[in-house]
Amino acid sequence: MITHTHRPLRVVLYEGTGSIQLPADARAKVMMALLDKGYTVTRSGHGASAMPHDDRSLLVLGAFEGKAPSLEDATGQVSIDTRDITGLDADSIVSLVEKTRGDKPMNEPGKWKPWFPVIDYDRCTNCMQCLSFCLFDVYGVSEDNKIQVQNNDNCKTNCPACSRVCPEVAIMFPKYQGIPINGDEVNEADAKREKIKVDISSLLGGDIYSTLKDRSTAFKSRFSKERSADKALDERKKCLTKLVGDGFIPADVLANLPSTDEILKKAEAAKAKAAAALAAQ
Amino acid sequence: MPDSPTILYCRCAYAQVVPTGVKNEVLQQLCASDASFETVSDLCEMAAHRDPRLQAIAGCGKLRIAACYPRAVKGLFQQAGSPLPDDTEILNMRTQTATEVTEALLKS
Repeated sequence: MITHTHRPLRVVLYEGTGSIQLPADARAKVMMALLDKGYTVTRSGHGASAMPHDDRSLLVLGAFEGKAPSLEDATGQVSIDTRDITGLDADSIVSLVEKTRGDKPMNEPGKWKPWFPVIDYDRCTNCMQCLSFCLFDVYGVSEDNKIQVQNNDNCKTNCPACSRVCPEVAIMFPKYQGIPINGDEVNEADAKREKIKVDISSLLGGDIYSTLKDRSTAFKSRFSKERSADKALDERKKCLTKLVGDGFIPADVLANLPSTDEILKKAEAAKAKAAAALAAQ
Repeated sequence: MPDSPTILYCRCAYAQVVPTGVKNEVLQQLCASDASFETVSDLCEMAAHRDPRLQAIAGCGKLRIAACYPRAVKGLFQQAGSPLPDDTEILNMRTQTATEVTEALLKS
C-alpha cells in the first residue's frame, strides 16, 4: 500500500465577509487550474458548511483589495497563509499558489495513474480467487481472514485481469472504461448466467495459456467481452511482457519473472493461504 | 455537524475517464451558485494513498458527491478505511448530464 501523501496545502478560495466575490467564470477557471495541478480547493462563501480541517497548511486566497489579513490557527497546529488575489487572472493565481508551496513535494496528475482494484464487499464472497489469480501479490488476507487489497502499488497499470475472473463481479477498477469493471451496477441476471467458476490449477498449470483458447462462444451478454477468462490471461501475459518492453527491470531480473513452474508454486502458496483463511472463517 | 449537506466535487484529474465537458460544466455551475463546496483533484489518487482527508470527508455528516459510479466511489472510501455514511448521495458524471448532477447537488 502506498502511504505517502504529498498534498502540502489546502487551498481555500475565500469569498465571505471582508472579501469581494470573483466573477463566476473567473472562479471556475481558478478552481479548474488548481485542481488540474493536483490541489484540493475549498470554495468558502457565506453560510459555508466546510469540512473539518486536517493538519496541512492552509492557504487562503481572497480578493481582499490589497489587504490580506493575518490569520493564526487558534490551536497553533496549522499554519495559515493568506494571499490577496485582487485583479489577478487564473494563471497568476496558480503561480502565486505554486510560489507559496515552494519546493514542498506534491502528487501531481499526469505522472501516474491511480490503477488498482477496488473490492465491492457487498458482492464479494471471500472466495479468494483473486488472491490466487494475481501474480503480483496485490491481494492479501486481513487478520480476520477477509480478502483485501494490500499492495495496490504492485498492480500493473491497465491490467484488470483479476476483475475478469471474479465470479461475483466484485472487483472494480474505477479508471477503466468498460462496464461493469468501471464500477457500473451489475445486472444480476447477466452476472448469474456468466458466473465464471475458474479452476485455478488449470489456469495456472502447464497449459496455462491454451486451456481456454477454444472458449469462443461462452459469453454472450452485454459485458461478456469484459468478463472473459481468456482476456484475463492475455492481460496477465501483457503485464509481464510490458515489464520487459519498458526496460522497467534490469536484464538480470527478467530471468526471475514467473516461469510456469514458479506460477504453479505461487498458485499452490496462494491456494494454501486462501484455504487457511477460508478454514478459519 | 452542519444541517446542509457538504458538496464534494471530484475532478478525476489523474485519468480522463469522466467526460471533460460534463465535469467542466458541473464545476462552472457550482461556481455560478452561491454554494460553498469542496473539490479534490482525484478521489482514486487519494484512496490509493490512503489520504487522511478521506476520513475527514466521510465524517462530515450528510454528503453529496459528484464523481463517477456510486459503487466505485463507495468502494474507494471503504478500501481506504473511511466508509461513507449510508445516506451519502453520489452523482455520476460519467453517465449523467451536467444539469442533472448540478441540480441534485444544489437542491435544497
